[in-house]
Amino acid sequence: MSERAPLLDDYRKVVPPNIIDLIYRLAERVRGRSVVHVNSTRVGGGVAEMLHRYIPLFQDLGVEARWEVISGSEAFFRVTKSFHNALQGQEQVFTEEMLQTYLEVNRENAARLDLGADVMIVHDPQPAALIAYAPKRGKWIWRCHIDISRPQRRAWNFIRQFIVKYDGAIFSLPKFSQRLPIPQYLIYPSIDPLSEKNRDLTEEEVNAVLDRLNIPRDKPILLQVSRFDRFKDPIGVINAYRIVKKHDDCRLVLAGGSAEDDPEGPQVLSEVLEAAAGDPDIHVLVLPPTANLEINALQRAATIILQKSIREGFGLTVAEGMWKGKPVIGGFAGGITVQIIYGVNGYTVNSVEGCAFRIRYLLNNPDLARQMGENAREYVRQNFLITRDLIDHLALMVSLLG
Amino acid sequence: MRAARRPFAFITCHELKEMLGRTAWDERELLEGIEEVPADSIHYHTLSYFLRSKYLASPYPNDFATWAAIQVRDRVLGERLAVVDPFDYEDIELLRSELVTIIDDHLSSLPTIPRVVYGEPFHFMRSTLIEIPTGIEVRTLREFRDGVQMVDLGAIYYHFFGVVRRTNQHPADPRVWLEEELGLPDLAEQIRRLNPYVSSLDGFRTRLLALLDRVLEEAGDV
Repeated sequence: MSERAPLLDDYRKVVPPNIIDLIYRLAERVRGRSVVHVNSTRVGGGVAEMLHRYIPLFQDLGVEARWEVISGSEAFFRVTKSFHNALQGQEQVFTEEMLQTYLEVNRENAARLDLGADVMIVHDPQPAALIAYAPKRGKWIWRCHIDISRPQRRAWNFIRQFIVKYDGAIFSLPKFSQRLPIPQYLIYPSIDPLSEKNRDLTEEEVNAVLDRLNIPRDKPILLQVSRFDRFKDPIGVINAYRIVKKHDDCRLVLAGGSAEDDPEGPQVLSEVLEAAAGDPDIHVLVLPPTANLEINALQRAATIILQKSIREGFGLTVAEGMWKGKPVIGGFAGGITVQIIYGVNGYTVNSVEGCAFRIRYLLNNPDLARQMGENAREYVRQNFLITRDLIDHLALMVSLLG
Repeated sequence: MRAARRPFAFITCHELKEMLGRTAWDERELLEGIEEVPADSIHYHTLSYFLRSKYLASPYPNDFATWAAIQVRDRVLGERLAVVDPFDYEDIELLRSELVTIIDDHLSSLPTIPRVVYGEPFHFMRSTLIEIPTGIEVRTLREFRDGVQMVDLGAIYYHFFGVVRRTNQHPADPRVWLEEELGLPDLAEQIRRLNPYVSSLDGFRTRLLALLDRVLEEAGDV
């Protein structure tokens, strides 16, 4: 059953004082104006999940918000998947036929969709070429959600010819920005504190989930939630745990997705299971994508949260862990570095040994760990909640529309 | 104490961040960037740092010092840049000049240019402040004090360090209002001497409230 999308006033109990009133006042400046979001799917994926929550909030504020979805053949989506991978740095082959398919589907969608609005926000590469075919009224913004810090040059060069026609682009991290002649705005992603993955849980709910997952709460829990992917360094986490375990008793929980769309996933999972074999205090959990309650409960039960990635996009699991009031030890990669303030709400580390040292340090300084956890929750409250994201988008509309 | 004819309206702000697409991988490139980027980028990485660290002070109070110390791991330059108090400079170009000479002097004493090995490069940014009325208007010093306590820290930044700092006699400058409307030039001057350096906007507000409470107490308005 899908959750009811919360309205703005529902957030009053969790966001900083005055923020909701501030949002209402800011929205006054764009009340009655229109915004259309365009992406490539209505279900599945982070962008669709985000838009399901954004659109009602914008409408609640008196902004005429709509959501259009492009449609296309299987061949089109194979091409866009190749673009997705190429822009994230994987070498891909593009034939002339593939490029023509991409252009043709964008042209058809530009004719079919209602793209008239004061502000058009086009998400990711799939619909990026709409701008070349739609009558251009209002301001067009390209919102890039993926890591394009090291794109395959040919793929980027092809997409770039459309991006330069936009009035601006939005990226999630400074390192994703490109050499472009248009303004490049920075808007960090956010978490929804009222979603199943982040809402408050009672102690009974947390205990029930951990009982169901067969994880005793008899000793401190170290937790890493991430796909079984080499870039998340799960083997490094196990090695750090083993260094800690010589001195401090604890459990390690590695909770990840089923990784069905990742060809390397099963191999990495197998290596993790092998590395963990024989230690009853290491729990490897393969959770379905719908296990939001389970992740929430695990994060609340954890003593320290780890995200020891060696390469990372934004890494919103860090903000999710911090929102549960826990210190986070993260790898020095991607967006982890903007979420963790070293020594204030957690530690960034560069090695297995560094990770082990900081785990031991926090386990043996529980008052400091508690204070860092409180700092972490407050930092997320100020910077990484959906309400801040909403303010950023309203501010962008104000800036664009004058 | 008298009431103002012209009320003071508290305005808050939100920072819309923009990347300039310019990056520094070593301290020479940082120096060249600081020399060449628009003044609002210098403002972003120094003064408006405090808007992004409203409650939690991070180890170094500006982006340049933080990058040198944390990403390049050159703690000497980090310390030298950290001690530059941006609130000492009325003109952003004087602040830019101070930063440039510190880095230049530092590099001239080194055999090689320190660069990022394990860390992230420096990305030059700037921002646009979007004004948002708070709906709070005050006419007396007591109401002003209560307004300072009530508004969010974006308003504290806006009125004391943001837009008003760049323009003399700005109508949103509370110090001008205190002088002209309430006849309190001494208080205005004392407020001018407060700054959030090595603290935070929250720390600045605490000290401002203590000052306002003292003035109100002396005037018998408690």
